[in-house]
Amino acid sequence: MWAASRERVREMVRKEYLQLFRDPRLWRIMFIAPLIQLIVFGYAVSTDVHDTATFVIDHSNSRASRELVDGFTASGYFRVVGTSQRPADLVRALDKGDARVGIEIPVDFSARLHDGSGAVVQVVFDGTDSNTATVAQGYAERIVQNYAQRVSGDARPAIELRERAWFNPNLVSRDYNVPAVAGAIVFLMCLLLTALAVVREREIGTLEQLMVSPLAAYELIAGKTIPFALIGLADVFLVTAAAVLWFEVPFMGSFSLLLLASLLYILSSLGIGLLISITSKTQQDAFLTTFLIFMPAILLSGFMFPVSSMPELFQWLTLVNPMRHYLEIVRGIFLKGAGIPALWHQFLALLALGVVMLGIAASRFRKTVA
Amino acid sequence: MINPGRLMAMARKEAIQLRRDTRSLILAFLLPVILLIIFGYAISWDVRNIKTAVLDQDQSAQSRELLEAFRSSGYFTFQRQLRSASEIAPLLDGVSVQLVLVIPPDFSSHLNAGQPAELQAIVDGSDANTATIILNYARAIVQTYSLKVQFQGRQVTPPLRAETRVWFNEELVSRNMIVPGLVAMIMMIVSSMLTATTIAREWERGTMEQLAATPVSRVEVILGKMLPYVAIGLIDMVVISLLGMFLFDVPFRGNPLLFMVLSFFFLIGALGLGIVFSVLGRSQLLATQVAMLATFLPAVLLSGFMYAITVMPKALQLITYLVPARYFLVVTRGIFLKGVGVEVLYVQGLLMILFAAIGLFLAVRVFKKELV
Repeated sequence: MWAASRERVREMVRKEYLQLFRDPRLWRIMFIAPLIQLIVFGYAVSTDVHDTATFVIDHSNSRASRELVDGFTASGYFRVVGTSQRPADLVRALDKGDARVGIEIPVDFSARLHDGSGAVVQVVFDGTDSNTATVAQGYAERIVQNYAQRVSGDARPAIELRERAWFNPNLVSRDYNVPAVAGAIVFLMCLLLTALAVVREREIGTLEQLMVSPLAAYELIAGKTIPFALIGLADVFLVTAAAVLWFEVPFMGSFSLLLLASLLYILSSLGIGLLISITSKTQQDAFLTTFLIFMPAILLSGFMFPVSSMPELFQWLTLVNPMRHYLEIVRGIFLKGAGIPALWHQFLALLALGVVMLGIAASRFRKTVA
Repeated sequence: MINPGRLMAMARKEAIQLRRDTRSLILAFLLPVILLIIFGYAISWDVRNIKTAVLDQDQSAQSRELLEAFRSSGYFTFQRQLRSASEIAPLLDGVSVQLVLVIPPDFSSHLNAGQPAELQAIVDGSDANTATIILNYARAIVQTYSLKVQFQGRQVTPPLRAETRVWFNEELVSRNMIVPGLVAMIMMIVSSMLTATTIAREWERGTMEQLAATPVSRVEVILGKMLPYVAIGLIDMVVISLLGMFLFDVPFRGNPLLFMVLSFFFLIGALGLGIVFSVLGRSQLLATQVAMLATFLPAVLLSGFMYAITVMPKALQLITYLVPARYFLVVTRGIFLKGVGVEVLYVQGLLMILFAAIGLFLAVRVFKKELV
């Protein structure tokens, strides 16, 4: 009986492959698109703040004021895009979005700096991009403070903060983001491919043919899962290679561990995709439902927004999100070289999610057949 | 050339088909609401509750005072007291601690002797953005405490101080940045995703023959197919804007009419692109994949919605000029938050009209009614 079953699954897988690759353009979508996406979005997804467009109004026009502005540009965080004497120009530059930061130095700047009454420099930030503004504000305050210290010739402060950033000493956001982009691409690919897998047969009318065949529900599910799992794994290889070779993201951990995690992750995403497909009436339905799952999944995964700053309720919700666990594993393996001792929670969670999702998909499928 | 009767008949057919797809229709309205709730309630870039572990080797009044300054800032939650430096590495390997503060044994003796004392902040740098913000907070707290110790409460004026102000989003709330962007995003999703399937579906189901046998012209088919989706897109836009304003207190400072008009043009362009993909893809699977890659992902990642364009490499910055959402985002943020009008947005406005024209033109151009 098992041999026959294996035979049937193999035939089913073969049929899926034939159907998938009848359109050669799909090849490109499945293998070239992920690579291009990783490269383009790997560069795009960056939370670094540098070269922020800055507009300067220097009423003081003194040596001191020029030194201060130099301090801003020399840091690399700010780039002066315009100067003027009229405050209205600053307003206009911020309105148009030509500048994100405005520095206004008052007439009495130099005098008050040296007579002990204390100078004030105004720094205005465009808050529409709240993240950049927050980070830039921190940089600006530090630059001003450093300059103040230099002027007052003060000795060192009473307490020095020694900062050390582990795993990413230069605090480059790319090393953190590229592995996550890879994870998101694989998820999206698996979800999209399987979400349409069953409903397409329903729409074209070939689902009836499958139902009258001697295939059992689990064989059908296996036949629909295996091809996509293989494609997903191939994509994992591709994007990981690109992350390491192209972006030179350090890979500190074990590759076989990454492979295991990817397999579990792919299985749970395929489970979700199949579930969508089985419960949809049309491909358009399935496609929109995929979106309804993908967007929240990516937002609640820690990809762009740290899980720890979410409200408690949503932090609990993230536990059923395979992407959350996978991203923690991938980032741990890539950047920290972490192994099972640090990551076994996440592995268990992925395993559980995979089993549950595929299980529900299989049982729902039996019901639709009946 | 366009017969209004035939056009409306086409639109009615599409609307009926859409209505029969109850799930698609519900999703088209549910998706924006769900996204809005997640963006509004769940996520932010604001860094709070920084999980902190402390290794206080000094155990003096001063060290406790400094730690209290960290605690009372509200940004840090102390999770653990460490006993030795060897505990640090395994802690940071996991995800349960983001920051370790180490106070060396000579901390208070240095302070009392007037020598510079030292505080070590070891941060998990893997999330560079969060780490940068954490270090900024830590620096500010140490600086304040440092001044307090140095001047023992004497009032001194620092020679220079920065007075920082934030415009347009005074509290730096991330949802004020996100909601206007979300309007652009949702319209992109709804339009290109929904339409990507419409023509391909007719081919797959074989109803294209029936359509071909009718006297409707190409333009009528395209416009007729677009109309119901225009309605959905505009309703979505209004719903998100209103929810954003009333539920999440996102300010709307500009002219609603201008906003409507420019959104309309953007929508037409996006719908046109969706139809182009639908025609060229022929199968729904391929059309949706392409629509996703070519419209949605760039709109999210290359438009400045979440990631600043200025820090991207030059080549990528050039590509972003081709992303229509980039310009529309300037429109939505400008009208929502800055309250600017045509005098500032005329370039973007013209580009929206251009985008609509190109979208329509391409859609009509690639679509062939004839059966090949």
